Amino acid sequence: MIEISNLDLAIHGQPILRDVSLSIGEQEIFGLVGESGSGKSMTALALMGLLPGGADVSGRLALDGTDLRNLSEAEMCALRGNDIGMIFQEPMTALNPVQTIGDQVAETLTIHGKASRQDALVIARDRLDRVGLGHLPLDRYPHQLSGGQRQRVCIAAAIALHPRLLIADEPTTALDVTTQAQILDLLKELVAEENMSLLLITHDLAVVSDMADRIAVMQLGQIVEQGLTHQVLEEQAHPYTRALFAASEHQPERTDGQDDDVLLDVRDVQRTYPGARRGVFSRGEPHVAVNGVSFQLKRGESLGLVGESGCGKSTLARAILGLEPVQAGSITAFGKPVGPDMPNALRSGIQVVFQDPYGSFNPRWRVERLIAEPFHLMSRPPQGADRTDRVADALKAVHLSPDDMHKYPHEFSGGQRQRIAIARALITRPDIIVLDEAVSALDVSVRARILDLLSELQTNLTLSYLFISHDLSVVRTITDRVLVMQTGKVVEAGDTEQVFTDPQHPYTQALLAAAPKLPETLSGGSHATLV
Amino acid sequence: MTRLPKALWIGAILSAVFLAIALLSLIWTPHDVETLTIADRLQPASATYLLGTDQFGRDTLSMLMVGSQTSIAVAVVAVGIGVAVGVPLGLAAAASRGSLLDEVIMRGNDLIFAFPSLVIAILITARYGPSATNAILAIGIFNIPVFARVARGGALPLWTLDYILAARTAGKGAVRISAEHILPNILNLLIVQATIQFSLGILAEAALSYVGLGAQPPTPSWGRTLAEAQTMIYTHPMLAVLPGLAIVLMVLGLNLLGDGLRDALDPRLRRART
Amino acid sequence: MLSYLLTRALSLALSLVIASLVIFALIEVIPGDPASFMLGLNATEDNLAALRAELGLDGSKFQRYLAWIGGMLTGDFGVSYTYRVPVSELVLDRLWVSLPLAIYALTLSTLIALPIGIIAAARRGTAADYGIMGATQLGIAIPNFWFAMLLVLVFAVTLRWFSAGGFPGWDDPGAAIKALTLPAIALALPQASILARVMRSALLDTLNQDYIRTARAKGLSQRQAILRHGVKNALIPVLTILGLQFSFLLAGGIIIENVFFLPGLGRLIFQGITQRDLIVVESVTMLLVFAVILVTFLVDVAYALVDPRLRRS
Repeated sequence: MIEISNLDLAIHGQPILRDVSLSIGEQEIFGLVGESGSGKSMTALALMGLLPGGADVSGRLALDGTDLRNLSEAEMCALRGNDIGMIFQEPMTALNPVQTIGDQVAETLTIHGKASRQDALVIARDRLDRVGLGHLPLDRYPHQLSGGQRQRVCIAAAIALHPRLLIADEPTTALDVTTQAQILDLLKELVAEENMSLLLITHDLAVVSDMADRIAVMQLGQIVEQGLTHQVLEEQAHPYTRALFAASEHQPERTDGQDDDVLLDVRDVQRTYPGARRGVFSRGEPHVAVNGVSFQLKRGESLGLVGESGCGKSTLARAILGLEPVQAGSITAFGKPVGPDMPNALRSGIQVVFQDPYGSFNPRWRVERLIAEPFHLMSRPPQGADRTDRVADALKAVHLSPDDMHKYPHEFSGGQRQRIAIARALITRPDIIVLDEAVSALDVSVRARILDLLSELQTNLTLSYLFISHDLSVVRTITDRVLVMQTGKVVEAGDTEQVFTDPQHPYTQALLAAAPKLPETLSGGSHATLV
Repeated sequence: MTRLPKALWIGAILSAVFLAIALLSLIWTPHDVETLTIADRLQPASATYLLGTDQFGRDTLSMLMVGSQTSIAVAVVAVGIGVAVGVPLGLAAAASRGSLLDEVIMRGNDLIFAFPSLVIAILITARYGPSATNAILAIGIFNIPVFARVARGGALPLWTLDYILAARTAGKGAVRISAEHILPNILNLLIVQATIQFSLGILAEAALSYVGLGAQPPTPSWGRTLAEAQTMIYTHPMLAVLPGLAIVLMVLGLNLLGDGLRDALDPRLRRART
Repeated sequence: MLSYLLTRALSLALSLVIASLVIFALIEVIPGDPASFMLGLNATEDNLAALRAELGLDGSKFQRYLAWIGGMLTGDFGVSYTYRVPVSELVLDRLWVSLPLAIYALTLSTLIALPIGIIAAARRGTAADYGIMGATQLGIAIPNFWFAMLLVLVFAVTLRWFSAGGFPGWDDPGAAIKALTLPAIALALPQASILARVMRSALLDTLNQDYIRTARAKGLSQRQAILRHGVKNALIPVLTILGLQFSFLLAGGIIIENVFFLPGLGRLIFQGITQRDLIVVESVTMLLVFAVILVTFLVDVAYALVDPRLRRS
């Protein structure tokens, strides 16, 4: 049905795609996998005729034998939404905030002249029921819906005219793991029932392995391997496919270096936010973000904290860093109380690495100044050559060159920036490092190397990690113990392997069941490095 | 895209020319503007008087040159007041987002917006009589909430960034973070806003002087020259046209400079280009 | 929605109270005797005493403030010292010139600016866009009172289509509107230039939003996506500017009335200043500030109508 052959694409002269060929059959789920910048989204936008300005395309993009590149813009408009529907990654911003969801679904019908507004709203009701939003009135606005619900509205609008092909570009990347599982199930059902094909674009091998009939693996604008899913997964003919698999399942080498020395003691901590200000004198209802959490972190231990967005894990992290006060309970580090007024000497013992490798640095500072910033905590910070040496040592510890200290952050890749963030966390020689989604924004291959680095540093420097993540598989590879958080409370705690193999709490069980997994038989080889 | 640098250049050149003229007029003008040569009144353009003379026989070109001093001086001080008071207020509001302080600062801003600079000038003048100082005060006070808003608006998204959290884990307080991390990163916005307020200041000064609430005789001002020329608009229209053109060109130059700077300094655009 | 509007109304009422305090303080509290200021050098002791009594200067400042505010709430703005008539009468008379002028100018400005801004955004990068952007750049730079003089020069002096100034009153509505046309154009064009640029850039900002891409994927053409999804979202910043512009229109109107010799609030206030009639100045500025604050509230109402996110309980 869809036939892309020898597609080349350059934008403003910069080559993006090279010789991309693939075909999608009737009622087929085709998975397009690759890391960021591999060109998978651009392939889809080329098919939709929605490439950004300055795009130079050659090759053939055919739907049922018609080359879409020969169609006029008006003909493409008639085709979009009608023959090919598309949904995107970010459901929070994909809908018009000032229009009701009913109108936005109905618009697909009215714009193609398939129904009057009244009839279109009736059909929109039916489509919203179909995607599992039967309980939502048509006159709701997007801001009244959760992320998962919004993605369902997008799907309803995309399938309103029963398109032949639905393109889903990272449809679940911005969603929590349980919501992701529901959306993926919905897409699978729709393909079966609506006589429709699906082009599923994702960075997550586990997602496609579970969904797709056939997959193509993309790297640097080229398809390096494609075929039937089980075949590609089993044979892994191309080295990049193998590398991608190894990285997805990567297990960093770890040593058991913890002792019984308790460094951090969190007891019955409660963190409440006052409600949003509604005027000079009034506030909304207060919000309890962390509700009675207790745990201990020992020297050399790696403790995982998992939960979905909004469960309070990042709030807890900020309280442990002494950035925010707690309303009840206590946090003690090295036997001293932690809070906004804690002395600098105590602060220097607990440092942090954040998620976003782009927002973590003041773009106007050089790396040397960035890494040295925590020296502010020391009563007598090192000066001159001493200071430069310390920064150089920190860079060497994270396998960067000491010469990098003279560069600006934008000169580094995402993975390198995360190394710089780790170097900054190490500069005061802390005992505890809080890693708040520290590898979540990275591509799998980069993530694997950062996990190796973290593991190595932990062994060499006897660091204690509080490893906060929504990603269960990563937490499993890097932690000794794990806490599972749900709506501000710890619902389950225990040794990582035990919690993962024998979860007790229903929420933990649901989380583990929802997480997409690579087939067991394929992943045996990559565990070989486990000690 | 070649249009953007061009606008920046035209704006920068126009602004620089007016600044140079104002500086030059401090030490030299073609004719003295303080002596009235009644014999030479209302002369047409000639080799002696390049742009003619006014009803008191003063050289129009010299009057325009000296008038630029008042415009620039009033606008500079008014922008200075707005920056010096407004930016710290905006930074403080952003640093304490959602607190009572933030609320009070922002409501105070709303309040000042209810007093257009003309109304402030009217109030001050009604009680203390007109002067250039009053014009500066009136325009400057109105600039405060403008800069407070721009500073707060630019600072708020920065406060959510991880590097601010990192600075806080490095033990730095709100004042230090505002100075080290926030201010340098909103400087672009402030510079662009300053050029806009500078041009608005020139327009406001001209308007206030035109209605007699600004610079008083003998201080020359484009606005007052216009007011004096209005009575002779039927017989000598050029006397009213020329000071207006001077205002338009200078404001146009500043606006082009501001727009050009905005495009050149906008990090989003810059990132797209590299 | 109701609680949102109620909160805004309360906050604006508070602004009004503070504004009245500021005006009162500037005019009456600062050192110096308002009575001797108003009467100037030629005042006799008797005159001064009489004026002090009339102004209520014998009472405490607090009492005077309460009397002033209480009077205004009941429509009693005091008696003008120079005209010897109630200020409320003077104001009502002049309001019939100033208010129609401001509304006329605002309507003109909006009707011109919004379509032009939308056209410029929809045809970004074309000759039409560059032409509009160039014209608005010039429009912003032109002082409205100078523009008014040029209009007089061209349409009144040279072409003789309009009279150069004055106001015939509302007995003949056609003539009244004609007399207000040149002033309204002079006021509207610089404001329209600003508004058109804001409309254009707000619309262009929405073009990068994800929901425009979603609309395109549904089969809307670029122009349909802009008109159906962009414009309503772009109205939010446009409304903000529109609200701010009203205060500039009021202020600008005061100046333009001088160019065209219109008997509006502007003329009244300047006569008040030259004749040192503080009662007139105080009350008229309070009225202007009240108008600005009222418009701010109307803009808040408009926000809630456009943006459903503000409507939640």
